[in-house]
Amino acid sequence: MEKTIKKSSLTISENGLEKKVSSKRLEVLKTYKIYIGGQFPRTESGRYYIPTNVAGKKLANVCLSSRKDFRDAVLAARGAVSGWSGRAAFNRGQVLYRMAEMLEGRKAQFIDELIQQDAPRAKAEKEVNLAIDRLIYYAGWCDKFQQVFSSVNPVASSYFNFSVPEPTGVVAMIAPQGDSLLGLVSVIAPVIAGGNTCVLLASESKPLCAVTFAEVLNSSDLPAGVVNILTGKPGELVSWFVDHMDVNATIYCETNSEIKKMIRERSAMNLKRIFFYDKVNWYTQEGQSPYFIMDTQEIKTTWHPIENIAGAGGGY
Amino acid sequence: MALAKFPIKSPAVHADFSFSTHIDQVGVEERASRFTKRSIKKESKVNGLKLVLNMIDLTTLEGKDTDGKVKQLCYKAMHPHDAVAGIPTVAAICVYPSMVKVAKKALEGSGIKVASVATAFPSGQAPREIKIRDTRYAVNEGADEVDMVISRGKFHAGEYNFVFDEIASIKENCGNARLKVILETGELGTFDKVRRASDIAMHAGADFIKTSTGKIQPAATLPVTLVMLEAIRDFYYKTGKMIGMKPAGGISKSKLALHYLVMVKEVLGEDWLNNHWFRFGASSLANDVLMQIVKEKTGVYQSANYFSVD
Repeated sequence: MEKTIKKSSLTISENGLEKKVSSKRLEVLKTYKIYIGGQFPRTESGRYYIPTNVAGKKLANVCLSSRKDFRDAVLAARGAVSGWSGRAAFNRGQVLYRMAEMLEGRKAQFIDELIQQDAPRAKAEKEVNLAIDRLIYYAGWCDKFQQVFSSVNPVASSYFNFSVPEPTGVVAMIAPQGDSLLGLVSVIAPVIAGGNTCVLLASESKPLCAVTFAEVLNSSDLPAGVVNILTGKPGELVSWFVDHMDVNATIYCETNSEIKKMIRERSAMNLKRIFFYDKVNWYTQEGQSPYFIMDTQEIKTTWHPIENIAGAGGGY
Repeated sequence: MALAKFPIKSPAVHADFSFSTHIDQVGVEERASRFTKRSIKKESKVNGLKLVLNMIDLTTLEGKDTDGKVKQLCYKAMHPHDAVAGIPTVAAICVYPSMVKVAKKALEGSGIKVASVATAFPSGQAPREIKIRDTRYAVNEGADEVDMVISRGKFHAGEYNFVFDEIASIKENCGNARLKVILETGELGTFDKVRRASDIAMHAGADFIKTSTGKIQPAATLPVTLVMLEAIRDFYYKTGKMIGMKPAGGISKSKLALHYLVMVKEVLGEDWLNNHWFRFGASSLANDVLMQIVKEKTGVYQSANYFSVD
């Protein structure tokens, strides 16, 4: 299924992208658009950038998203919160499983894109397989983490007191730059498994898989707006990610210490939760854990008045 | 007995409204879409947003309205967002006649008007004496403005004189209150009919013409408002009398509201760009405008969590 494009048969087309000319028909190049509210618009700014691989091959014209695209994405994500968090946890698991199924069906395309973005074939295959498995992993956790992390708390009066995790709301994420598919899936899956919605900025240098992954999402029963994917430059957008008052948490997966400092400072404005996943190795067991789900959960405790719990005087 | 108390006087002369101007639908839609292409930035945007806020008829027209709800809305009308200085109040509160007294008391001294819907709002399906009573009740309770609905059924049946007389008789019973005539454009169907209904309303004595009740979709749109604004313009050229305009229903975003202001300015001119001659009938628009004003001030996108619920 792999499309091997030989250098000799290539020429540079008008828009700077390489095109196959040896075949009789013109190759149809894919337009890599962004994903907002279940739609694939182009960036409102009309700007594009052309990432290249190590060999200097131009990969695609990719949307250079603006703050207004981000604003629209947050609006879509906010609108989707009540519907998605209101779904039965089991149903969220089904949707995540469906995402894995769809990804499995388009494996070849993802492997192809990863190879275009400089991954050796073996590594590309491993990355796609792991991404699929990761979705299955979090699909399983959807209706189980609440049971593991909830508690019934002992109190000294006639209340039934219990604590349960609830989704925090809209999560804005800067995806890992390197592992452009596995990293992306590994940050999205726990966030939506817990009932949050998210806006994600894909890897700047390797954005192809992110956009194709949006197509997978779009065909897997995931309600519009739950996941929104932008492409563009973190340097330009991070400050908007942390400033937006309607974003409840920010996840940053890179090591830039200046940006981390800025995130720490500016998130204080509306007390966003902030998480840095820059040291996580997504290829190992440490790359998946129910604690990633818990990062974007809030613990809600309920005091429910009751009569004496146990006739014998014992109780919680 | 009711009839004796509220005499219905018919105006002496009827114009023939079956010959109202025809409207070029494609042209109107094309022209209306142009107003959405204007770029309004920085200070002009902030000033525009403040003007929009100051033109809002903050509305609650629910069966479940209570005194408490109306009082809360009145507070919001006077104090849209105290966290930021220099924010104007809205123009008016729009309620059912039974809530006029509560609103009037709550707004005392604020200069904010109380508008009351009347004439068997929203359907208008009631005999004329009941509509007149409804109107008188609202005016006696203290309403500064009356929002009446026309009889759309009669209008569709071609009984234009009936519609004309009805508006004229309500106007007679409004006293000093200004009369807004709701055409319910979503039920009229064509721009030709919107134009004809506008002409009838203005000739019959309307102080304002208003698109919709907000209970029917589609409500206010840019093209339908353009048709009505042009009717106002033509009426002004013919008679020298200014008529106000109130699009209502479906305007919930600041950007759209700014497009409306552009349209008013370009069709009628700056004389109409104040809340004496132009209003927005809306409830959720106010919060969006406030969020945009705060965004312009702080440079940070806002969350609905930090604005009042209404």
